Amino acid sequence: MNDNAPGSVATAPARRRLPRRRAGGSSLDPHEKRRALLLVSPAMIALAIVIGYPVVRAIWMSFQADQHVENGFFVQGGFAGLDNYKHWLLQRCGDVACPPGSTGSSFWEVVGITLFFTVVTVSIELVLGFWFAMIMNGKFRGRGLVRAAVLIPWAIPTAVTAKLWYFIFSYDGIVNHLFGAHVIWFGDKWAARSAIIVSDVWKTTPFMALLILAGLQLISDDVYEAAKVDGASAVQRFWSITVPLVKPAVVVALLFRTLDVLRMYDLPQIMTGGGAGDGNDTTTLSILVINETRNGFNSAAALSTITFLIVFGVAFLFIKFLGASATGAEPKAKR
Amino acid sequence: MTTSSRWRSARTYLGVVIIVLWGLLPFYWMIVTAFRDLQFTFDTTPWPTHVTLDNFRTVFATNRGNHFGRALLNSVFIGGVTTVIGLTIGVFTAYAMARLRFPGKNAILAIILAASMFPGVALVTPLFQLFRNIGWYGSYQAMILPDISFVLPLTIYTLTAFFREMPWELEEAARIDGATKRQAFTKIMLPLAAPGVVTTAILAFIAAWNEFLIASQLSSDKTAPVTVAIANFTGSKPHVEPYTAVMAAGTVVTIPLILMVLAFQRRIVDGLTAGGVKG
Repeated sequence: MNDNAPGSVATAPARRRLPRRRAGGSSLDPHEKRRALLLVSPAMIALAIVIGYPVVRAIWMSFQADQHVENGFFVQGGFAGLDNYKHWLLQRCGDVACPPGSTGSSFWEVVGITLFFTVVTVSIELVLGFWFAMIMNGKFRGRGLVRAAVLIPWAIPTAVTAKLWYFIFSYDGIVNHLFGAHVIWFGDKWAARSAIIVSDVWKTTPFMALLILAGLQLISDDVYEAAKVDGASAVQRFWSITVPLVKPAVVVALLFRTLDVLRMYDLPQIMTGGGAGDGNDTTTLSILVINETRNGFNSAAALSTITFLIVFGVAFLFIKFLGASATGAEPKAKR
Repeated sequence: MTTSSRWRSARTYLGVVIIVLWGLLPFYWMIVTAFRDLQFTFDTTPWPTHVTLDNFRTVFATNRGNHFGRALLNSVFIGGVTTVIGLTIGVFTAYAMARLRFPGKNAILAIILAASMFPGVALVTPLFQLFRNIGWYGSYQAMILPDISFVLPLTIYTLTAFFREMPWELEEAARIDGATKRQAFTKIMLPLAAPGVVTTAILAFIAAWNEFLIASQLSSDKTAPVTVAIANFTGSKPHVEPYTAVMAAGTVVTIPLILMVLAFQRRIVDGLTAGGVKG
């Protein structure tokens, strides 16, 4: 792939002098710069191919018309301007409003459902994950067992998780049995949504807990001891020491999980196919994109472009207002 | 032990029990069902009853259009190739990010971060058409290429975090003690880096192994991975979900991951949290 690169990894560290690393603010070494660019370029080229190119192609497609009927004839493509975006954002199908039940008319409903899943799932996970992390941060025997137990839901493929909970929530399944209920979980809007939320919370709370736990472990015991000596109560210690100090870790965990749920596809698709009872009751944005590919790739490309703008918009808001620094760029040097 | 600390430790252990049950119970139920006779699919006895291996035979049978055995091999192949590509490309970038100072580092970091946030569904529409045009639709590379989009950022992130924690001074020390550059690298740094690289490989492999969306759209019957095979699994009767067989399939797919997780749990936790928190 890159003939120079392996050699430069092997020899690079030996060439550098030790003190340079600590000397912050010193001028950049041109050799180091060239070597860095050489090392970084394969990944950048790969990302340009696997992400950059499809994105550009999708944006280009989103301004093209799909094959459609005009005056009784099939018409191929052509430049469509903003028609595909109007189809989604303004729910216009051609010159008229999209009929009820079409993919175009369901856009805002689906955005609402996706945001609903995101807010509810992430909130529950935050509370539960925080509680899990507090417990795992305590002193107890059998840490290995706990760690292994929380990694199991994380490791199980989402497709398997979906089938497992589909079984657990089946009409004759264990949930109805345990609660003496007779709910047709996937035949009702709210029941189906709840089942999806429970499954997602089960699978991903451990991940949230582990991220928060890692944050908790960075807080030194001395801080708590000092606060105790000064007479701070357990509640005070939680709100004025734990919460502010663990906040950076929590914000990053929230960011990761929020973006994941906004992109959610596997669970609702496999458990309900996007509907429950009828329509789009559990359709997320990703499911809508895939459904739309059956109608036309260009309008689907417009929707996928909208989806990734929404995802990046939310990420931007997170980083801007909650100060998420998932980057880990240079602050490390200060240590 | 004072009363309050005893109470606190009781509360901790109660919490620990809840967490362990949280992780294990649904998983346990899958395994119990996997070994249960089809006639007793909805038996609610909490321990194994009507134990049989029939479900595993059903899973691997090909007479109903299921190709689970093949799908397993497909998943191993797709996951393996994706992991190797991701690691080979990612390791250089991670080294540069962890060890070198250069202009544009933050921009590159932002690109990698943005790539990791990128929704997979936005790849499917443009690639579906493209792969059909060039005859790649349903091929292995039709899944491996898009999989790199999420595996590569993951490997770079995790490896960077591991490399940052490595005691690079040791290499210098080895050189002072008379080791050649090559010796210092292969005898000192490589063994130190190995655990981080192995952990990253596991995380990358699990991510690729679990991928569903892209594979469900771009694979064919011959190249479909296990996630797709399980989602589309058909039983003997139409419209009747073959729960026990699906649970058996889920067990087969999950067991290798669980073994990896058990063997490397501490490192996996380090790797999972490295990118997020330690930065």
